[in-house]
Amino acid sequence: MITTLLGKKLGMTQVYDAQNVLVPVTVVEAGPCPVVQVKTTETDGYNAVQLGFNQKKAKNASKAEAAHAKKAGLEETPRVLSEIRLDAAPELKVGDIVKVDIFKEGQIIDVIGITKGKGFQGVVRRFRVAGGVSSHGSMFHRRIGSVGMRQTPGRVWKNQKMPGHMGNVRRTVQNLTVVKIIAEKNLILVKGAIPGANGDDVIVRTAIKGQPRAAAK
Amino acid sequence: MNPIIKEITANQLKTNIPQFRVGDGVRVHTKVREGDKERIQIFSGVVIARKGGGIQETFAVRRISYGEGVERVFPVNSPNIEKIEVEKHSVPMRARLYYLRGREGKAAMAVRVRRNDKA
Repeated sequence: MITTLLGKKLGMTQVYDAQNVLVPVTVVEAGPCPVVQVKTTETDGYNAVQLGFNQKKAKNASKAEAAHAKKAGLEETPRVLSEIRLDAAPELKVGDIVKVDIFKEGQIIDVIGITKGKGFQGVVRRFRVAGGVSSHGSMFHRRIGSVGMRQTPGRVWKNQKMPGHMGNVRRTVQNLTVVKIIAEKNLILVKGAIPGANGDDVIVRTAIKGQPRAAAK
Repeated sequence: MNPIIKEITANQLKTNIPQFRVGDGVRVHTKVREGDKERIQIFSGVVIARKGGGIQETFAVRRISYGEGVERVFPVNSPNIEKIEVEKHSVPMRARLYYLRGREGKAAMAVRVRRNDKA
């Protein structure tokens, strides 16, 4: 059973739920994802399916990409290709289409995306270090302060908080509730915020936590 | 706004909202759930603010209850609002009537006729 879909973050809004409570939701356009390739232990040493999402203009697709899609019986080349690892041999065949109906309303899901890039940031913004006072003759405002001790240990500890690049990293938000599924438009309304800017690609999957444990083999 | 998102919220917007503005006296009929019973509670007062748009639009109602000022903010499109009755109109010279918070008695009435309209 496949429990993952590729999608696109459309943006946030609010909807009323069954209890008439206004819930903040993120709208995700997920799927339809055609199966482009199937990998099994016999052929590749592991079990996986390769899903495609969205379309690329023919002029933007390389020959290799276009031929790979054509082999799967697709007319247009998917813009996004992603491999989903599976425990057991995939039941899906090349050419099958995975849609939002793999999820149910009220279900718990994880959403994976790339966070918004914030550029090079100081330690106050990046790690929420308190910083110094702004007045009373203070000359220590947003600096990092001391990074270590003396001759012992004579070096800076690992993980010392320092300025650097912030954002633009892959992040998973776990245990989000599916508020609503609009199957005819391939939309999922997810409660709460998800990583990335509007229009960014995301991966939606059934939450790893809180699921009934698979029977041990 | 993304057209798809607009469409999702569009069917949640009410179409039968009466026209009311800041400064109007209103009676808001709200559904209150107590256990498994539902009843209607009325909150009447003066609209002192109206903010936001679409599904996020809210309005604030202020009243004096047992000598104590009480304010409640309602979402305009909430299904918990049975209906809104407009009791009286007034023409305030502010968009937000927060100045009423510092006033008591007769001075706390929102009714202010615009100078030009007086004659």
